[in-house]
Amino acid sequence: MAKAKKLSEFRVERDEEKCIKCQVCVRMCANDVHTYDPETDTVRADSFKCVGCHFCEDLCPTAAITIEYNPTQTKENAHWKRESIYDIVKQARTGGILLTGMGNDQAYKNYFDHLVLNASQVTNPSIDPLREPMELRIHLGRKPDKIDCRLQMTEEGRKKYQIRTRIPPQLELEVPILFTAMSFGSISLNACKSLAKAACKFGTYWNTGEGGLHRDLYPYAHRAIVQVASGRFGVNEEYLERAAAIEIKIGQGAKPGIGGHLPGEKVSEEISHTRMIPIGTDALSPAPHHDIYSIEDLKQLIFALKEATRYTKPVGVKIAAVHNVAPIASGIVRAGADFVAIDGIRGGTGAAPTIIRNNVGIPIELAIAAVDQRLREEGIRNQVSLIAAGGFRSSADVTKGIALGADAVYIGTAALIALGCHVCQKCYTGKCNWGIATQDPYLTKRLNPEIGAEHAGNLLRAWSLEIKEMMGGMGINVIDSLRGNREQLRALGLNEVELRLLGLKHAGEAW
Amino acid sequence: MLKNSMRAKRIIIREEYCMGCRLCEVYCITQHSKSKDIMKCYRGEEPRPVSRIYFEEKGPISFALQCRHCDDAPCLYACLTGAMYKDKKTGRILHNADKCVGCWMCIMVCPYGVIRPDFEKKKIASKCDLCVEAEFPACVEHCPNEAIILVDEEGNRMKKD
Repeated sequence: MAKAKKLSEFRVERDEEKCIKCQVCVRMCANDVHTYDPETDTVRADSFKCVGCHFCEDLCPTAAITIEYNPTQTKENAHWKRESIYDIVKQARTGGILLTGMGNDQAYKNYFDHLVLNASQVTNPSIDPLREPMELRIHLGRKPDKIDCRLQMTEEGRKKYQIRTRIPPQLELEVPILFTAMSFGSISLNACKSLAKAACKFGTYWNTGEGGLHRDLYPYAHRAIVQVASGRFGVNEEYLERAAAIEIKIGQGAKPGIGGHLPGEKVSEEISHTRMIPIGTDALSPAPHHDIYSIEDLKQLIFALKEATRYTKPVGVKIAAVHNVAPIASGIVRAGADFVAIDGIRGGTGAAPTIIRNNVGIPIELAIAAVDQRLREEGIRNQVSLIAAGGFRSSADVTKGIALGADAVYIGTAALIALGCHVCQKCYTGKCNWGIATQDPYLTKRLNPEIGAEHAGNLLRAWSLEIKEMMGGMGINVIDSLRGNREQLRALGLNEVELRLLGLKHAGEAW
Repeated sequence: MLKNSMRAKRIIIREEYCMGCRLCEVYCITQHSKSKDIMKCYRGEEPRPVSRIYFEEKGPISFALQCRHCDDAPCLYACLTGAMYKDKKTGRILHNADKCVGCWMCIMVCPYGVIRPDFEKKKIASKCDLCVEAEFPACVEHCPNEAIILVDEEGNRMKKD
């Protein structure tokens, strides 16, 4: 049949009783779902174009619009799911690689959902975080093997300790949560501003991604981790000088082994300036760094960057969680990295081939445990800070991640949801109605960075309060005491291999 | 102490955040309707009030403009009958329809073009009154992106609490 099957994932339901024909939906939908017909004075919807972002639904003043899953039942069975059938239809029509946005949406086992936390009862006291001090502050960076501390007498005859060991540069975080790398290009400048402002206000860090540092973001650069990625976009002396830390991006959880591609249509004047490439040209990040083919090559880049910044800033490396993650992380530490960021299989993206996002990599929970264990066994865990990324949904996930062995957690999707994202996974189209994953001037202004910063800051505040509550329950008052403290975790319904890899006991087993 | 709305002085426009949804107009019309109910106002109320907001749009730039409530308002000088007057307490420029004879001189002199004529009654159809009857201007309250904000005489931002 020449005419292909029409695929409609959603159905736009308009309650005619409630619709006042104000046409707000018509004006606002970037996908042209809604149209107004003046002849019949009706507003119509073309459900086939709907991506399910719910922007119209949220703005409709009379709540006349409901977006729902199209109830039509494509015949599916346990093996041939609707998504598989639809993907084949799309590919049969286009002959191309299917793209998608955001993190892995497959129903892989979610280990966070199989972990439970401990609490103090009788034999050890729990702590009330509202009444007693609770410390979430952490320092990211290389810690010395030992500290040479000398007792000295001052002239007035008082005792004073002097630390003689040179402490490598550290990042001080008020909360063990950072905003992950999302470039100006993959998200709008207003989205970058929102996160940057929130990070500065809350005393944590944001990450430029590989999109360079726009001049409007200079006021927030002292809390920026800047990326040096395979495309080297926007990397210059000023970029490194203004930043708080530098991250060499080797891989990304959503697309391990795959490079990046910002289409030329999105490379506006501002992006061209920031990335230092001509307007309208595709920004292609190669899959590998063409100067890094070994740990020794990586060491050269790490130390080139350290030299360039006179050893004043931590230099880290970000990798995707893959099968061999623990030995790779060990190599990275030995190459001189001050922190290692590991992005799990559920890590998000602005655009990636669906088949890669859904099938490549390993879950972050297993990667954290494996890396932490390996580094401890080798006696080099203190030399590096471990930042985990990829699908952290709540303060409980963060707490469990830290208990498994991470120093801090990168959040991306959660932060974007705070800015308005409804996880429609259409970031790659550049038509984000919420003004986040787009460069269209009609759409980017929909995200007011004042509101965005407030919401992102509120999220950090809420999560930090919750983490304090959970820590208090466990009788822990410093987050450092929770890191790698796997006795505080128990597994529910995991098999022996999983327990061994995670280094956990099953629920019901005492200490 | 005057109520929030009484101290209110100016609506500030931030066109960089205006997304052009025109919800301000919807809520302006509702606020100035008889019923003040969005469904009743839009479905059956005749005549439906005219929006007091002047929505401007060109390319990606858009903004909602209302009466600026000028300190030295030209419409006051132009008004023959004293229908247009300045509220001494709040400094607002208000319009008394009973006194209006429909000469439309105010429309001629308004430097912002934010007064609309009523062709049927030969009067003034709409002019922003900063929602005298409500606690807070409806357009500011309902702007989803805070593209219009309310500031008091000292320029401090006022929020509905």
